[in-house]
Amino acid sequence: MSLRTALLFAASLLCADAGAGEIPPSERLSGYDLMSRETRAMQDDDATNPGMLWVLDGEALWNRKAGAAGRACAACHGDARTSMKGVAARYPAFDAALRRPVNLEERIKLCRSERQKAPPLAFESRDLLALTAYVARQSRGLPIAIVIDERTLPFLDAGREAFHRRQGQLNLACSQCHDDNWGKRLAGSVIPQAHPTGYPLYRLEWQGLGSLERRLRNCLIGIRAEPYAFGAPEFVDLELYLMWRANGMKIETPAVRP
Amino acid sequence: MARAIVNVPARAKRGEIVEVKTLAQHPMETGFRRTQTGELIPRDIIRRFTCTYNGTEVYRVDLHPAMSANPLIAFSTIATETGTLAFQWTGDNGYSMTETASISVE
Amino acid sequence: MTTRREFLVLAATSLALSEAARAQLDPNLAANRKAAFQEALRRIVGDTQVRRGRVKLQLPPLIDNGNSVPLSVAVESPMTEADHVRAIHVLTEKNPLPDVASVRLGPRAGRATLSTRVRLADTQSVTAIAQMSDGSFWSDSAEVVVTLSACLEEGLI
Repeated sequence: MSLRTALLFAASLLCADAGAGEIPPSERLSGYDLMSRETRAMQDDDATNPGMLWVLDGEALWNRKAGAAGRACAACHGDARTSMKGVAARYPAFDAALRRPVNLEERIKLCRSERQKAPPLAFESRDLLALTAYVARQSRGLPIAIVIDERTLPFLDAGREAFHRRQGQLNLACSQCHDDNWGKRLAGSVIPQAHPTGYPLYRLEWQGLGSLERRLRNCLIGIRAEPYAFGAPEFVDLELYLMWRANGMKIETPAVRP
Repeated sequence: MARAIVNVPARAKRGEIVEVKTLAQHPMETGFRRTQTGELIPRDIIRRFTCTYNGTEVYRVDLHPAMSANPLIAFSTIATETGTLAFQWTGDNGYSMTETASISVE
Repeated sequence: MTTRREFLVLAATSLALSEAARAQLDPNLAANRKAAFQEALRRIVGDTQVRRGRVKLQLPPLIDNGNSVPLSVAVESPMTEADHVRAIHVLTEKNPLPDVASVRLGPRAGRATLSTRVRLADTQSVTAIAQMSDGSFWSDSAEVVVTLSACLEEGLI
């Protein structure tokens, strides 16, 4: 990296850390900390956490042969408990071929079609959710560790800009609720800080497991903005920013949230 | 790939009361929800849950639409003898699922 | 001359609504649901007096989401052949249907309990009724406040 690039890089990282209104590390709280005791108990006990139903489905899919190549995920990746440990904690991650970051769902879809030569899994389909939940579950308890370098920095910046941009008929920016007013109540619910520590998660409102993109669509509809399509690059940029903003916080997948 | 998760202690002392937790994957469609165009989505729920212990029924629940999706049913039973706890869920549209768990009683 | 009441009845019936749809637009919704609750109660206990006590119904007073409210019932009973709980019923007053769940059990249960998660349509009172082997009925009620989630898929009406 040239000196100029290094200086620019360092400068933008400094700006990133000292963003106006961003939550200082000592005040960071997961949505878990803002839920009722009963909902927390639902998440803590694997025997009562409905998300585990999808995790078990994911385990079965992991071991099942698929596609023209007739290979299961396990054929290349072995035991997910070792091979997938830490993976969810560093996603979205840069994909060299696509020259942009991809999220965990996209990575699984890519493996599925390119390596296994299997029919593609649709976004938010039961199988993709189950596999993503199973993979992410292997990082439970590990701190989020998004690494930003000169390849991913532009996407982080795009995500940060989107987070701070007013949008929708209600003309609200994500930061206005989630940086400036977290902890206060909106329509009876406590506003969380919006750290995606537990995705895919079981949302009581959905009565099912869903991805971060599904939740972000809910947010956008909530402020009466046009929601992006599943898999849109705008979403992945935002996810990259949100995960980076939550660096150090522990993965909770499969989480339970109201 | 509909499934259930059941939790029964692997071993217990004779006469001990053990906790059983069961979780079944099911949307429990109430029959009161509507589509975007206003049509009622028909009811589709689990109607009955039974637990038998070496063939004897020890617990039974009749479920109604007010039970949440992916129903949790947790209860207790006396560890009378070594054997199998068999769980069955039956419901609308011919839904039927079973799961078993072994318990070793000394 | 049509009275205002007659006019409203005409207007309502002239709209080709299904019975279920009309039921949900019912101006007497609260009263009808309360009556349904009383009827369900009568179906369970008949003419027998229901006494308060021996039953402990636990629900969080303020919940995160009405779709999935943790509920637990425990009934004081020796659970012997001579003296045990035969059934536990859970009812609500404001849900579209009053019945939630009915448990059949006996001495093999060891303890007369149920832990589950229920749907509550509105802030309301939930009732648990225990039927004893001697034919008596005991009950407990709990009040729950139900609020609406923010940032939904459909958006607020």
